[in-house]
Amino acid sequence: MGNDVSESENIVAETARRILADLADPQTINRAVGDTWKTMLWTALADAGLPLAWVPEQHGGSGASLADGFAALGMAGRFAVPVPLAETLLAGWLLSQGGLSAPDGAMTVAPVRPGDRIRLDPDGTLSGQARGVPFAREARHLAVLANGAAGASIALVDAGAVRLTEGRTLAGDASDSVAFDRAKPVSMAPAPPGFDQTTLMLMGSAVRAVETAGALQAILDLSVRYAGERVAFERQIGKFQAVQHNLARLAGEVAAALTAAGSAADTIAHAETFDEAVFLEAAAAKIRSAEAAEQGVAIAHQVHGAIGFTKEHVLHRFTLRLLSWRDDFGNESHWAVALGNLVASHGADELWPLIASR
Amino acid sequence: MTTELRFDQIRLPPECERLRGEVRAFLAEELAAGTFEPGGVRTPGASRSAEFSRRVGARGWIGMTWPKKYGGHERSFLERFVVTEEFQAINAPVRLHFVADRQSGPILLKYAPEHIKMDVLPRICRGEVCFAIGMSEPGSGSDLFAAKTKATKTEGGYLINGTKIWTSNAHLADYMIGLFRTSPPTGENRRHGLTQFLVDMKTPGIRVNPIYQMTGAHDFNEVVFEDAFMPDDHALGEVDGAWKQATSELAYERSGPERFLETFYVLTGLVGALGEKPDLRGAEGLGRLVAQVHTLRRMSVSVAGMLQAGKEPVVEGSIVKDLGTVWEQKLPARARELAAFVEPEATNRTAFDKQLAYATMIAPKLTIQGGTTEVLRGIIARGLGLR
Repeated sequence: MGNDVSESENIVAETARRILADLADPQTINRAVGDTWKTMLWTALADAGLPLAWVPEQHGGSGASLADGFAALGMAGRFAVPVPLAETLLAGWLLSQGGLSAPDGAMTVAPVRPGDRIRLDPDGTLSGQARGVPFAREARHLAVLANGAAGASIALVDAGAVRLTEGRTLAGDASDSVAFDRAKPVSMAPAPPGFDQTTLMLMGSAVRAVETAGALQAILDLSVRYAGERVAFERQIGKFQAVQHNLARLAGEVAAALTAAGSAADTIAHAETFDEAVFLEAAAAKIRSAEAAEQGVAIAHQVHGAIGFTKEHVLHRFTLRLLSWRDDFGNESHWAVALGNLVASHGADELWPLIASR
Repeated sequence: MTTELRFDQIRLPPECERLRGEVRAFLAEELAAGTFEPGGVRTPGASRSAEFSRRVGARGWIGMTWPKKYGGHERSFLERFVVTEEFQAINAPVRLHFVADRQSGPILLKYAPEHIKMDVLPRICRGEVCFAIGMSEPGSGSDLFAAKTKATKTEGGYLINGTKIWTSNAHLADYMIGLFRTSPPTGENRRHGLTQFLVDMKTPGIRVNPIYQMTGAHDFNEVVFEDAFMPDDHALGEVDGAWKQATSELAYERSGPERFLETFYVLTGLVGALGEKPDLRGAEGLGRLVAQVHTLRRMSVSVAGMLQAGKEPVVEGSIVKDLGTVWEQKLPARARELAAFVEPEATNRTAFDKQLAYATMIAPKLTIQGGTTEVLRGIIARGLGLR
């Protein structure tokens, strides 16, 4: 069973779709023994300039727009891509915020959890711990946001300069604890005014929301197709009203995630700074897409029955990543508290104007 | 049939934001003048509502997207969206003109003969006429095509006999768009045989009986037709073919801001009750509710954009109504939980409790009116290719 995702109008997303359809077919990857496919996939993505899409050409990237990068990430979600494409994009974006050049090869970012802090000491070294860093052990470099006496700085760090404690996400992807112990960056620059840890978490959240929406669309496709194939009680199960209504609810969750994520991506792509509008959009996108993931995953599994719970079936490639992504860059509870406090501090009269702000 | 869902991102153009400013200023004046109270608990009476509708019409905010020759203003669906959401968010008393603006007017525009359009549409735009929708019958609710009320051909028109029920505002309405049986259904198409009519409510042979709701409000009615005469030119569109006309209407009816904002005042009230520094539980609950309503609004804006682009987003519209009404129904229950530990003496608590009680009482109807959750999910399933 292939993943016949329809063509995209966006040329960058379409490039991604072609590469992923050829080299990241979920069924093929699910059956693959060893990691050869990974190298081939990464090489093709890198040759197309996708991992460094958010790095300007003068800094070694392909200089695509934020909108194009988000479109490509939606496609990556459609295939539940298990390589650090999103992480490298995000790392490249972070480096370019500091005007730093991006090296070739896979990257990831730190920190990933809102409460983790990396400290920049007066001697120019970095110390601290970042937990749950996706694909850290597969990355050659890390883009790091650190805090020093003079404010936030952005640093490029060689993976050899940090100590990893390996971990895994629910989906089995690398998710490592990264210890910085007087790590010396390859390059470093002050972050632009106003850029702080929340900025990075919001951008990371928008990225995960967009991937989540893509993966939810994929499990809707899989579930509708399966409901049309599987026969029980002498009928396709998709003919039963109970199953139809479950799938209609799944479609609603997909629609909500697509809209929330798309709205956040569109806002960020057109924003001058990470202002309150971006905060509302990105926080809401992370909350709503994570809620959609929770509900959507449950429905997709319910429709698939026992076969969807097997290693052999591809469903888990999507559902377990959907559940894992909820925890990166602030989970839905984190953002809900932050958003709730923001709304409360403005008061009741400002609620509607905030919601109807674009 | 596709499982590929599309909700294009719409950025409201600058003219929409200018318009929003004008609408807010107008509503602030109306509030100051005591026309209505925000929060929906007490609605103004019919004569006050009628005056309000005329003032809205005078501003050019009814029939906004319609051609100028019919009294319309040839503005965009997005501009209409802004006016609608601003009115809904504050529970402005739009009940006398809203049905005509949203769906009856567009049906007339599409299917009525020219002289009727010239007569009725400008009066809708001036906020002078109220419309009701005559669909449900005692034996036919969600199952629209089971309608039995008959339109029998007679010289120069039709004689209507039968009963419509749950007809909102029929006691105030000047007109109804009614769905009547002109032929029996055929074996191969049970939807065949129904025709839409423009009904003048002053026609002899029409009797309106009130049905009080469990809240005590009078909104519903039973409308009894006994040999009520409808002239030929009041038949709208294809005789026996109303089912072909119904689908595009649904996208308009189902995706608007009124489908997730009916209990919005509870959220506003909750913010007031929780205060500037809510506890962790209050903050998290509030944040999740805001994320939901923000997403619903963006979905609804997106559908308005698709309507503006000339598309018929029936499935997307049904998704908005399904998610929106389930959400606005849950909102009072969720707000009640989140406010559970707010001190009874706290500022704003009393007003909030009143709003909460009212919203809790009306909540059950939200997933029934204008197409039940079950019907909507059937439409979505059909869109997914399952039916």
